[in-house]
Amino acid sequence: MTDSPEFFRLTVNGESRNVTDAWLGESLLYVLRERLGLPGTKGACEQGECGSCTVIMDGDAVCACLVMAADAVDATITTVEGLTPDAMLTDVQSSFLAAGGVQCGFCTPGLVVAVHHLLDVNPNPSENEIREAISGNICRCTGYGRIFEAVRMAREQRVTVRVRSPR
Amino acid sequence: MTSATTTRTGSRHGALGTSAARPDGIPKVQGRFAFSSDAWAEHMLWGATLRSPHPHARIRSIDVSAALALPGVSRIITANDVPGKLTYGLIAADQPVFARDVVRYVGEPVAAVAADHPETARRALQLIMVDYEPLPALLTADAAIDPATPAIHPDGNVIRHQRIICGDQGVRGDVVVEGTYEIGMQDQAFLGLEAALALPDDDGAGVELYVATQWLHEDRKQIAACLGVPEERVRLTLGGVGGAFGGREDISLQVHCCLLALATGRPIKMQYGREESFLGHIHRHPASIWLRHHASRDGIIQRIEARLIFDGGAYASTSSAVLINGITHIQGPYRCPSATVDGWAVRTNNPPCGAMRGFGVVQACFAHESQMDKLAAALRLSPVDVRLRNAMRTGDTLITGQVIDSVAPVERCIRETAALPMPPDLASEPDPLDLPGGAGLTADRRHVKRGVGWGVSIKNLMYSEGFDDYATARCTVRDGVATLEFATAEVGQGFVVLAQQIARSVLGIDEVYLEPISTNIGSAGSTSASRQTWMSGGAVDGACRRVRDEILARVAARSGVDASRLRIDDLDIVDDLGTLRIPVREATADAVFSHTFEYHHRPTEELDENGQGNCHVAYAFVAHRAVVDVDVELGLVKVVQVATAQDVGKVLNPLAAIGQIEGGIAQGLGLAVMEEIILDNGRLRNPSFTDYLLPTALDAPAVVAAMIEEPEPLAPLAAKGIGEPPCISVTPAIVAAIRAATGAALPRVPVRPQDVVGV
Repeated sequence: MTDSPEFFRLTVNGESRNVTDAWLGESLLYVLRERLGLPGTKGACEQGECGSCTVIMDGDAVCACLVMAADAVDATITTVEGLTPDAMLTDVQSSFLAAGGVQCGFCTPGLVVAVHHLLDVNPNPSENEIREAISGNICRCTGYGRIFEAVRMAREQRVTVRVRSPR
Repeated sequence: MTSATTTRTGSRHGALGTSAARPDGIPKVQGRFAFSSDAWAEHMLWGATLRSPHPHARIRSIDVSAALALPGVSRIITANDVPGKLTYGLIAADQPVFARDVVRYVGEPVAAVAADHPETARRALQLIMVDYEPLPALLTADAAIDPATPAIHPDGNVIRHQRIICGDQGVRGDVVVEGTYEIGMQDQAFLGLEAALALPDDDGAGVELYVATQWLHEDRKQIAACLGVPEERVRLTLGGVGGAFGGREDISLQVHCCLLALATGRPIKMQYGREESFLGHIHRHPASIWLRHHASRDGIIQRIEARLIFDGGAYASTSSAVLINGITHIQGPYRCPSATVDGWAVRTNNPPCGAMRGFGVVQACFAHESQMDKLAAALRLSPVDVRLRNAMRTGDTLITGQVIDSVAPVERCIRETAALPMPPDLASEPDPLDLPGGAGLTADRRHVKRGVGWGVSIKNLMYSEGFDDYATARCTVRDGVATLEFATAEVGQGFVVLAQQIARSVLGIDEVYLEPISTNIGSAGSTSASRQTWMSGGAVDGACRRVRDEILARVAARSGVDASRLRIDDLDIVDDLGTLRIPVREATADAVFSHTFEYHHRPTEELDENGQGNCHVAYAFVAHRAVVDVDVELGLVKVVQVATAQDVGKVLNPLAAIGQIEGGIAQGLGLAVMEEIILDNGRLRNPSFTDYLLPTALDAPAVVAAMIEEPEPLAPLAAKGIGEPPCISVTPAIVAAIRAATGAALPRVPVRPQDVVGV
């Protein structure tokens, strides 16, 4: 498209990135995937129902498909690629693997980001708090049982770490 | 326990029977796994599809000039640009690549565009002028059966009619119960939308396609025919697949994407949005089933009469096979000496229907299980007792005349399900999220009633009626490292880890690599029909065993010990005297061993005119017990718990097995209480995740599961397929539980609030 030859900058995973040649209507999801080379964030519904495109924006878990990229210029954005340095796994990612929370894996990046957000704001969620926190992330393969288990495992690890840490 | 004891049991981590880690797990949690929608190529263009807005219309003309004039548009193709066969289809090639003279459903492809940006492509679609003359639409299955209804397709309106006649047609039971049941149109709703990347060959006479599909070789066959090129000029590699559930068995964008690539000489990326996905793939057949049971006073089924009608929509897809599954499973997992069954799969101007997890058996099961509860009520038996009295066993003869020679632990499935713990009662002052309606905060605890219901099912495994859906695999061992190659579509189920487990167990090698999944090797058949563990598992097992035998022969030649006395123990080769122990790595040093193996299941037969014949390969069984809470004033349902015992043969990977069971239960729950594509004059009214409701984390019931492990002698790994059974009888179990809570009749699924409260 040729609507706008200008560029804008986004702060993604701690880096300031130039977005060039973008059409101003492009969603944050499209820009992350197609312009910034960050395909870890997935799209599956285009209307904020499935959570596959969950990213952290200024501390909130948001659906990148509902955010206009050009509107995110002053925000701090974390995608699944930015949760940990290359080749490392976070506690949540390890728990998803250990609990069997991954099948086709399409919902997984969004869920991993959503669970990170949950445990960052509430390190010891109840069962219903877990369910409510990820109820915006649809998984069609697992029926959620192994995903609940993954969140419980990550929760236990964080609780253990907190108990052991000197104040 | 010593490590030696552990390893000698053959259960070292990563081997068969362990919850081995998926090889694609780490990239999937990191977001680095490449799904087909992530495929990308230098200088690629974006493809998009123009679809019919009418359920039935004549195309008077198509004018692409305005669209072609839009800057950024490279090419527009229509039916006139198809160089090869003009139609495709899984069983009958009755579906046009692009509609030429007439459109037969809302969403039928009419043209495709290649442009520099997906938005340019979408705008170009709006500029294509198609002049339609609307025609009367055939919208009900009943009308399609009527010979007086004009045919909407050259192949006619009846895709297939088949009856089953067996036993004494004059039997009347002491107790007779009947009902007419309806099943709504369900969508597979896989998360990873249809996507593909096609790369044209330099000479313009071939194409390479990265695509999310269930069966690469079948896609290749259909694509090559439509392109008019030899099959070997079409090379397919599996793009990462974000779920399938039957919805990727048919061609969607494959042919369009390849045609655009050849027409433009550029790489073409095509990717559906969610609404287009609802329009662009087939759905589960809506069905209407009348069923009558005759039983003796002590509750023994003597005869069934049934009439099943499946609405196949505009094109045949797999409708004829879905029909056969429906009618041959209508007796359920129960003995039945006499039957009179009539079944139709028909063509209408509704969206095409085809494969979805459970494949015709889901519809039949809702009917036969609803009937079992009616029979129980009429006989004053419990739902469990009536099912136990009729439970099928190995050696029983089905209404098709086929003898069940699979392991058939129906009684055990029921008893072990009944023995699983019940959930605690609903608290007197519960967290609102635990009430029906959940976060909506609408339910009133005083209006909530609890119900318990049952469902039991039988499901065929593999393809049927004479089809040889073989699988191919290659195993190569080089310096103690194994490499496997197969074309088995990994759609999320975990065949990639199972294949590694098989190789580790058979070869005594931990390091097992996988080649890309592609058409470089022979067909593996489709990832459907609960068949890949059995079929591709059998192929990998066969290839690995041949390699192992060759390795053992080499050791025998070198050591002088007869090969028949050698075996793999953990990571070593040993003899039966305990005198020889050589690491497999050492035994395979400086040598390459490689074998390709084709696994075929035993032959099956087509049904004769009376529906008799050994049409299926093997069967699996499962029981479900559902507990629900219902707000009887508002008609809201919360599924509290599902208990299940499933006949699995043998558990090969415990985490993968429970994942299939929990996932299938969620899909069956969806059909029971929320999922339905609503049609209005052939148009989908809810093609989005806002309006087509899917189970979320707040809808997921507690699942308690028992695995019934009775090794299946017919199966290469003693294991049955486990993918489909979990989603089949859970639906009638949930509906039975709602009936128990409310007394409502509920003859259709999904159950809506108005059905529960009777308004």
